[in-house]
Amino acid sequence: MTGKARHRDIVIAGGGTAGLAAALALRKAAPDLAVTVVDIRVIGGKSGDAPGDQRASAIAAAAQRMLAALGVWTAVAAEAQPIISMEVTDSKTGDAVRPVFLTFDGSVEEGEPFAHMVPNSVLLGALARAAKAAGVEMIAPDSVDRFDVLPERVEIDLGSGGTIHARLLVAADGVRSRLRALAGIKTSSWRYPQMAIVTNVRHERPHEGVAIEHFLPAGPFAILPLTGNRSSIVWTEQVDDARRLLKSDDFVFLTELERRFGHRFGGLELDGPRQGYPLGLILARDFVQSRLALLGDAAHAIHPIAGQGLNLGFRDVAALAETVVDAYRLGLDIGAVDVLERYQTWRRFDTWQMGVTTDVLNRLFSNRNPVLRAARDIGLGLVDRMPGLKSRFIGEAAGFGGELPKLMRGEAL
Amino acid sequence: MTQATADTAATTGSTVDDAEIAKFERLASEWWDPHGKFRPLHKFNPLRIGYIKDQLCLYFGRDAKSADALKGLRILDIGCGGGLLSEPMTRLGADVTGVDPSPVNIEVAGLHARQSGLAIDYRAATAEDLAAAGESFDVVLNMEVVEHVADVEAFVGACAAMVRPGGLMVVATINRTLKALGLAIIGVEYILRWLPRGTHRFDKLVRPEELQSALEAGGLQLIDETGVAYNPLTDRWSLSPDMDVNYMVLAERPKA
Repeated sequence: MTGKARHRDIVIAGGGTAGLAAALALRKAAPDLAVTVVDIRVIGGKSGDAPGDQRASAIAAAAQRMLAALGVWTAVAAEAQPIISMEVTDSKTGDAVRPVFLTFDGSVEEGEPFAHMVPNSVLLGALARAAKAAGVEMIAPDSVDRFDVLPERVEIDLGSGGTIHARLLVAADGVRSRLRALAGIKTSSWRYPQMAIVTNVRHERPHEGVAIEHFLPAGPFAILPLTGNRSSIVWTEQVDDARRLLKSDDFVFLTELERRFGHRFGGLELDGPRQGYPLGLILARDFVQSRLALLGDAAHAIHPIAGQGLNLGFRDVAALAETVVDAYRLGLDIGAVDVLERYQTWRRFDTWQMGVTTDVLNRLFSNRNPVLRAARDIGLGLVDRMPGLKSRFIGEAAGFGGELPKLMRGEAL
Repeated sequence: MTQATADTAATTGSTVDDAEIAKFERLASEWWDPHGKFRPLHKFNPLRIGYIKDQLCLYFGRDAKSADALKGLRILDIGCGGGLLSEPMTRLGADVTGVDPSPVNIEVAGLHARQSGLAIDYRAATAEDLAAAGESFDVVLNMEVVEHVADVEAFVGACAAMVRPGGLMVVATINRTLKALGLAIIGVEYILRWLPRGTHRFDKLVRPEELQSALEAGGLQLIDETGVAYNPLTDRWSLSPDMDVNYMVLAERPKA
């Protein structure tokens, strides 16, 4: 078996947005690095595929700068809806009028929206094409069956029977990362008694680029603008209620949705299937081991309350690519644990902080306690009156908190 | 131990201090463990490599972003130890000769290079041995060695003799100041215990002006110098104008 082993520099398990963006970033900065992506599905998806992922994601300004620096943004821009402003309300479901406690003027710099809504399938396709054009090797459908870490390399056995020897293995294989489990890396996790219902709607009147987050008693209800008169809905409910809603007929579902959505954009119609996602928080205790780095959801999956999951993943990508490329340009061993620890130090604190923040926000807002409601309304009102604090909130939402990797500042590596 | 080391090294007339070599032999197997006894060196390695590479690229007109920025340069790594510097230089394209008076270190370094698939000319020898054989290099790296030798002037002279006209020598060492005594010896060896006690002796530390005069006596001219500082809060090394503790210098042998 070892006689037939192929040699690569970096093998990335998982061809999702994080894995593909990492492969692309590494090849762009260091074209001599041999980078392979392995995935059990066709990488980047196929047009004409069955329903597929209907979700759209908020790409924060920092992540957008990275995509621009990687030459991917132009391929995504036509389908990207800028979020011009953001409103946060705190309401009971039946409230006819919802006082707006927080409004964010979204510009990060003159003319730059603080986020864009981009369909996941569009982003994935653009990343896959760019990675391929940059010389990333794609092995799919296939999987990493097992791996052995030796002092000088990692030996990777593929499901198809082949063996690859590499200097670094990146686990970008999602929330239930198999590689993380194989490596024996423990996680801290908890489940919320909530589920997110994700769907798209069409509305009569234009949204004018407003993103709305209603903090309802059962959890946040987010309306995120898509291109045209369409919006993406991320609707949090208690698990039982969510299951019922997912199974209900269109009339019931739409009626319940309208109760929460309000009539601000006129009449609504459903524009896509409903999907349900259990909510939870999983954080890996370690992000690296010798010759192994966890990336994106494999390292952390957080409550989507602030829409930060994908953006945290992109921050991982930018930090890992910069760490590896810096080490590579110094002639260091790119899989050595002390090299990878720089990435871990860079990302772990930020991730835990974000995880805890979103958890606290969720616990604070998914609540019917009137005292707590009054307290948080006063809190939000105060935030609204303090421009400095607000701009920090916008900065965090746009992904500019912490020490930013170069790619997140739009700079090349 | 001391006797055995002297036998194997067999360097009569050498300026290498036998007792200093014996200390490192005991540590040899630990070289490549980034969390082991050589953790401070692993921590410091990216900064010194960065300095060397940037200066070499500037001097020899190379592209610092290129994967083989040092291609074709003949580099001598004096006191190469387990190869922590020789291997990165080789990956960057240089033809590296690594010398260390300790045969154990050379064994460790050679084994590791083979495992890493790197071709490096390792020799259990002293700088003086190579100089006597008339070897010549584009670059001589003299990192964290001068504070361990018995006669700084003679040692630096032997190293300088191997720098070809238009070539460079890089030296890194520790200043002989009270601040260095407090930080680099008492702090690092006695309080933090990053290095075994006795790794450095205060009276062996070298002041920049002493180093400069030794380099000039060997026909080299100082062209750059920088301090190196450690920030305990971020656990990171960085270049600094403060040369009171750790510092590095760059010297050239002018073209004839």
